[in-house]
Amino acid sequence: MNVIEHAGDLPAWAALAVSFFLVVGAGLTLTGTIGFARLPTFYERIHAPTLGTSWGTGGIVMASMIFFTVLATRPVVHEILIGIFVTVTTPVTLMLLARAALHRDRAEGNPEVPAEAPLEREAEGQPAAGD
Amino acid sequence: MLPYPLLSASLVIMWLALNGFTPGHFILGCIVSVFASWGMAALRPVKPRLPKWYLLPKLVGIVLYDILRSNLAVASILLTGGRRKHKSGFITVPIELENPTALAVLAVVITSTPGTAWLEYNSLSKTVLIHVLDLVDEAEWQALIKTRYEALLMEIFK
Repeated sequence: MNVIEHAGDLPAWAALAVSFFLVVGAGLTLTGTIGFARLPTFYERIHAPTLGTSWGTGGIVMASMIFFTVLATRPVVHEILIGIFVTVTTPVTLMLLARAALHRDRAEGNPEVPAEAPLEREAEGQPAAGD
Repeated sequence: MLPYPLLSASLVIMWLALNGFTPGHFILGCIVSVFASWGMAALRPVKPRLPKWYLLPKLVGIVLYDILRSNLAVASILLTGGRRKHKSGFITVPIELENPTALAVLAVVITSTPGTAWLEYNSLSKTVLIHVLDLVDEAEWQALIKTRYEALLMEIFK
């Protein structure tokens, strides 16, 4: 089935909504990637891609949901699942990268990074949820 | 055989939703969900208890709104680039939550909100190190996280 052929059946209001959400989502993702390239430090740079993983994805997913719901070709669960999984998995990679960077900066004695909390070394390696 | 019936059921439903509602996929989905729940049982997670689960939609609503707002804020910082100077920095927030699931939810919330990133949690001093892109007032951020998210999470995971 060719989806593009069916796009002509879309009523005008739905086409407008779909384009609006697509442009917003794609625009936010683009802004995020520009920021990713332009921001000066690592810790600032990790903020930029979250534009793409939050409402950037959200906008594109919303457009897709409206498109396929109006055309009634299939249920919209796929997009909701994509949204949930993108949101839930982002912190995992972000924390991995951020903690690696923190560890490296502390090992190098970078003064701009807050020192490790003094008690942490005495802990018996109990993993926390945030780890 | 099924240590997590709810998880297994959701997996089967997800499998069917993604692959189509056919008997063949139902059987395949059941097999996958049984093995997946065994895998989950091997991890021995603490069973999360949600006595006030009906507050979850409220949390989701607040978070979606905040994410939208900070998306616009961060986008404007990125687009105006060098013209408007922003100052980023680290803040330490004391967190009273102890439930691992609640902490995980808070980490997802803080991280998915553009402009704030959860860096590390210290379970002994019960503090979280957060990096903020546009840091104007540290106390304001601490209050925001504590009153807007932590209080609600405390209530949900009591």
